[in-house]
Amino acid sequence: MEVFPDTSVDASATGFVLSQIPRKGGPILWAQDRLSRYQAGEPCLAGLGTSLPVLHAALKRPADVLWALEEGLRCSGLSGVIGEIWGDPAVLDFTATKRLALRAEASGVPVWLIRRSCVPNLSAARERWRIAAIPSCPHPDDAQAPGQPRWRLELFRSRWRKPGVWIASYDRKTRRLRLSDQFSDGSVADHEEPFGQSAVG
Amino acid sequence: MDRWRITRNRSGKALWDDTPFVLTREGHHGEIIHAVNAPARTLGMARDARLVDMRALCPNLRAQPADPKGDHEALEKLVFWARRWCPWSAIDGEDGFVLDTTGADHLFGGGAAMLADMEVRLSAIGLSVRLAIAPTWGAAWALARYGRNDHEICSPGDLAQRLAPLPVSALRLDDKTLLLLRRLGLKTIGMLADVPRLSLARRFSRAQLQANPLLRLDQAMGDMAEPISGPREAPRFLATARLLEPVQDPTPYLPALSQDVCTKLDAQGWGARRVCLRIYRTDGEVRVLEAATSSPSPDADHLVRLFDGKLERLDPGFGFDLITLEAVVAEPLSVAQPSLDAPAQEEVHLSRLIDRLSARFGTGVIAWPRNRESHVPERAQGPVSALGNNPEPLAGVQRTRPLRLLDPPEPVGVLYAVPEGPPAQFVWRRQVHRIARHQGPERIAPEWWRARSGTRLRDYYCVEDKSGKRFWLYREGLPDDGRGGDPHWYLHGMFA
Repeated sequence: MEVFPDTSVDASATGFVLSQIPRKGGPILWAQDRLSRYQAGEPCLAGLGTSLPVLHAALKRPADVLWALEEGLRCSGLSGVIGEIWGDPAVLDFTATKRLALRAEASGVPVWLIRRSCVPNLSAARERWRIAAIPSCPHPDDAQAPGQPRWRLELFRSRWRKPGVWIASYDRKTRRLRLSDQFSDGSVADHEEPFGQSAVG
Repeated sequence: MDRWRITRNRSGKALWDDTPFVLTREGHHGEIIHAVNAPARTLGMARDARLVDMRALCPNLRAQPADPKGDHEALEKLVFWARRWCPWSAIDGEDGFVLDTTGADHLFGGGAAMLADMEVRLSAIGLSVRLAIAPTWGAAWALARYGRNDHEICSPGDLAQRLAPLPVSALRLDDKTLLLLRRLGLKTIGMLADVPRLSLARRFSRAQLQANPLLRLDQAMGDMAEPISGPREAPRFLATARLLEPVQDPTPYLPALSQDVCTKLDAQGWGARRVCLRIYRTDGEVRVLEAATSSPSPDADHLVRLFDGKLERLDPGFGFDLITLEAVVAEPLSVAQPSLDAPAQEEVHLSRLIDRLSARFGTGVIAWPRNRESHVPERAQGPVSALGNNPEPLAGVQRTRPLRLLDPPEPVGVLYAVPEGPPAQFVWRRQVHRIARHQGPERIAPEWWRARSGTRLRDYYCVEDKSGKRFWLYREGLPDDGRGGDPHWYLHGMFA
C-alpha cells in the first residue's frame, strides 16, 4: 500500500499509516532512507502512543530500504512494515512494488510505503492513498488550541474497493480514525462509526 | 613431583610420606635425577645428580622415570586456569608460570590477599607452590625460586635491596655464564650490580640475552621492558576448507563450513553469537568478514545467509585457497518454552530478521528506540542496539508529543505580537506559515546536571497553520534572561 502526503513535511501520513497497522502485539519494522530522515524527521516514541515496539532502521539508499522491507515481510512476527522513500528513485519501479505486494500477500504482514515529494507513477500497490491535513477539530477546553487532527483522505487507486474521498479525524491516544461527513458549505460533522479496518489487507 | 603424587594418590597406591623418592630422566651416563621429594631432599639429594650415586647414599631410594611431556601439558592447562586471577598468563620455564597482575590485584583486596588466594587454591589441587609478587618478571622469578619464604611480596621501592642477597643464578642465566661469574667471584646479584656498568657492557657486548648478565639485571630491575605474551586459547568452533586449486568465489564452500561449525556447536548445546569468515588469498592476503547474531544461533542456513551480499564485494585477486569459518563468540542455547501453546516460531524469526539487517547494514543502524528518563525531547529517546538484549520499555511521559522529531531542530524566522508570547507567523524552508491556532507554552528547563552553563530554557508551542498542518515550535530562552541576545526560534517536530 502506498501513501502520498500532500506536502512532504506533513506527519499526517505517518499517523494514518499507524492507524491502519493491525494491533497484533508484534513490533513494527520502520525503515527510512537518508533524505526522508533528514527532511521529515524520525519517529518520536513519545508521540507514537501506547507501547508500540518499533524496530527502526536508519538506512542510506532507497535500495536498502526496499531490501529491508522485503526481509521484514518474511517475518510473520511483525505486525507491520513501514518504509519511507523520498522522491522518485529508479529502483522503486513497477517490479519492486510488485515484489513487495506479492510478499505482503503471501505472509499476511501489511506493508506501507510513505512516499514524499514524488509523482505517483506506475505501481503495483494494492491501494494508493493521498492525504492532506485540514484544520483540526475544535478543542473541547480551549478555543485557541488545535484539537484532534483532521485529514482529507483520498483513495485514488484500489484493487478491492471503490475509490473515494473521506474526511477523517484521528485520536492520538488510541491511534484510531473516525469518519466525518463533509457538508456542501465546507463544514464537517463527526461520525460515530469506526473507519478504516477494511483498508488493511 | 606433585603431579606424580596426585596420580599415585588417585590410583590408590599412595606412597609413605617419609620414603625418599626421586623421578629420573635419561642422562649421558645413565639416569639422572629430575625431581626429588622432601625426605630425599633432607638426605642431600639434588636435581641433576646421578641416580647410581644417590643409590649409594641411600639404598632404599625409590625411583620412577619422569614424564616431562606430560608435565608440560599439565602446565599448559594450568596457565589457562590461572587466568581466573588476571587475563595475562604465560608458561615460564618448565616448572612455573608468570601472571601479569597489573591492575588485577585490587579485585582480590590487594597483592597479599591475592597471593594468599593463589596459595590456597593451588594447594587445594595438591601442588606445593612458591609465589612471589614483584614489579618485574625477572624479580618475581628470582624471589619465587631463591627467596627466603614461600610467598614474597616486593614493592618497587625496595627492589634492589631485596634482590641484592640472592645468588646470580636467580638472574635466569645459562650455565656457562654462571660458571664464568663464579670464576670472576661475583656470587650475588648485589655484587654484580656494584660492578661498573661500562666494564660489564664491554665484557658481555656480544652475548645473547641468556648469557648477558647486564641485560638480565636490567630486566630484573625494570630498566628494560619485558612484556608477557600469553598463549591464546585454542578456537573451539572452527571449520576449515583447504582447496586444491585457488577459486574466485568462496560461496559454494560456505554451506559445508557452516554445517561443520554448527555440528560442533550442537554437540555442546551452544549457539553462535558472532561468526568470522577468513578467506586466505594465494598472494598472501587475508580477507576477514564478520557477522553477529542477536540471539545464539545453531542454524547453519542462517549463518550462511548472514554473509549474503558481502561475498560479492570481496576482491578475489588471484583466488582463494583456504577458507575458515569460526564462531568467535558462542553462548549456551537457552531451550525455554514460554508456555505450552505459545507460538514459538515468532521470536526466532524476529531475531533472524535483526541478524540479517545488522549483517547487511551494520550494527549501529538497526535499533530499538527506547524512552529514557529525561524531559528534553531529543534526550527522552535513545537507540538501543537491536543485537543486544531487548530491555524493558520505560513508561514514557504522558504529554502531548509530536509524531516525528527533526534532528537537529531547524531554525525558523518568527513574527510575534509580544516577545514572550506565542508566534503569529513563521518562515521555514522558505515557506510562510500563518498560524491559526496555538497551544502553549510548555516550558522545559535545561538539565543543569548535564548541559553546559548558559543553556537557555525552551518554551514549546503546538501550532496549527491556516492549511491545517501542525508543528511543534520552541523559543530558546527569554528576551531578558541575560544569556545572550534575542531568543531564537526552532521547529522541532510535526504532529499528525
